[in-house]
Amino acid sequence: MSEPSADAPQDDMITRSTTDAEILLSCQNVTKEFSVAGSKITAVDDVSLEFPESSVLAVVGESGSGKSTLARMLLRLMPVTSGTITYRGQDVTHLRGGDLREYWTDVQAVFQDPFSSFNQFFTVGSLLRRGLALAKVPKDEADALIEECLGYVDLRPKEVLHKFPHQMSGGQRQRVMVARALMMRPKVLLADEATSMLDATLRVNVLNVLHDLKNDLGLTVLFITHDIGQACYLADRVAVMERGKVVERGTTEEVIFSPQGDYTRRLLSDVPDLRGSLKP
Amino acid sequence: MSTTNTPSGTASSPSRSGILARAENIRCVYGGGEEDFTAVDGVSIELGEGEILGLAGESGCGKTTLGNALAMIATPPLYVLSGTLEIDGETIDLSTLQPSDLKRHRPYRGRTVSMLPQGAMNSISPTLRISSLVRDVMRAHDPKITKDEALDLARERLKMLDMPVRVLDSYAHQLSGGMKQRMITVISTLQNPRLLIADEPTSALDVSSQRMLVEMLLEMVQQGIMSGVVFVTHDLPVLSQVSDKLAIMNAGSIVESGPTRQLVENAQHPYTRKLLSSVLDPSQETRRRGVARRSTTTEEVGTP
Repeated sequence: MSEPSADAPQDDMITRSTTDAEILLSCQNVTKEFSVAGSKITAVDDVSLEFPESSVLAVVGESGSGKSTLARMLLRLMPVTSGTITYRGQDVTHLRGGDLREYWTDVQAVFQDPFSSFNQFFTVGSLLRRGLALAKVPKDEADALIEECLGYVDLRPKEVLHKFPHQMSGGQRQRVMVARALMMRPKVLLADEATSMLDATLRVNVLNVLHDLKNDLGLTVLFITHDIGQACYLADRVAVMERGKVVERGTTEEVIFSPQGDYTRRLLSDVPDLRGSLKP
Repeated sequence: MSTTNTPSGTASSPSRSGILARAENIRCVYGGGEEDFTAVDGVSIELGEGEILGLAGESGCGKTTLGNALAMIATPPLYVLSGTLEIDGETIDLSTLQPSDLKRHRPYRGRTVSMLPQGAMNSISPTLRISSLVRDVMRAHDPKITKDEALDLARERLKMLDMPVRVLDSYAHQLSGGMKQRMITVISTLQNPRLLIADEPTSALDVSSQRMLVEMLLEMVQQGIMSGVVFVTHDLPVLSQVSDKLAIMNAGSIVESGPTRQLVENAQHPYTRKLLSSVLDPSQETRRRGVARRSTTTEEVGTP
């Protein structure tokens, strides 16, 4: 099922899985407003989405469409202006303290700019071990877990553990952040342009890792990207955002191969075609 | 016109007209540590008048280093050990073994060869209007130019490219990423360079902004604002849309080059084929690959 326009009812949870999978995470009528120089900007406008367990939902759209703001609210890094976020049937919109920390163990994120996610004074080894220590993972298990998770993203401990963030390439930093998120054995991974700094060949590897983790560990993935090709490869369902609203959503096949909305069609037509040419 | 892909060495020109630039035997190393690291290893390229050469390859293959050498902005720890650039009948020695070599290159920078560095749009001062940037850039190359002259030139250029002139009065935070990148591109070509080296100009942009930028670059070449472009990126679909010919780099060398269409449709080198097969476009083929991958994985892990 696809929604052709922004006028369609937002409470129609079209991202519902075709299977009977449990809805792990959802947001209902979530809105985020920012005040800028006395005027209000609505970054996310009445968005309702559901994330069935063990599935990949891609949110696509141009820069400034509200994708990252939505992710930050779902992660509880930013308060909502209105609306509700529900995890395993429990309202988590206003969680605090220990409950919020517990939520963050289950819901992990990898962000667009991996450099800003690192403490510049810590080596990769300290960063990863500190995360596990906070989660009270015994030291002898920690090293094996670090090696396993770095292996998922094609990194070897010997290569990276002694390095500081500035000594790694953008791609390496992004892979370390994916590994760090996976160490917590999360139930939900919010990947916000998480493969944007990777080369094409490595990008496919990381997408394949997400495929494997979804199938192997039942990971639920919110995959935020402006690259519709990646959504086409990875996602079970796709939601298209424009100026804070979800303007179209449905299965990957429906949205990408039979788009109903003008915005989705324009977005697709702007994707550079390997066999096309803009040369006059 | 060359009709076959060159397996290695020189990116030969399929030029329909005269040769604009020919760079030969460029060799660059990063030094200063215990051991020098060779980043570009004897690369030669050739570009015809009005052509766009796409330089593609993965991170660390040496494409940005090659761009820096061509733009004559290599500073330690990057050293250009050898290489010449022949442009407008003049042969420039690109090597930078002494600090004085940078002074030798100064007259060519911005005019003969202009560089649009990676992430340039993030370098706009948040406290100054775009007009101040225009003035500063123009004065750096011509101390005698007045602010009004510099702004008149920028206004004229923006009108030529159908861009809003009011952008000059804006601050960086008032512009979208796409507009910032287009403005930086306009500013870096105000002196009508013969050759523009554009390093990953589209990487941080969404598809719609990418398209506007590449259409603007094509327009600029057509209007003669610059005579040729070396377009450096790892994004093969973008390159295939704008470039006349492609050079694929791996580990400091060009492993294959040739006319774009021919190289995309009939790549000879295994590395080129691997790069092309990694492209994920929103097509039925990509979907099939994704779904096939999922099925295989499901089988492997025994998930119902």
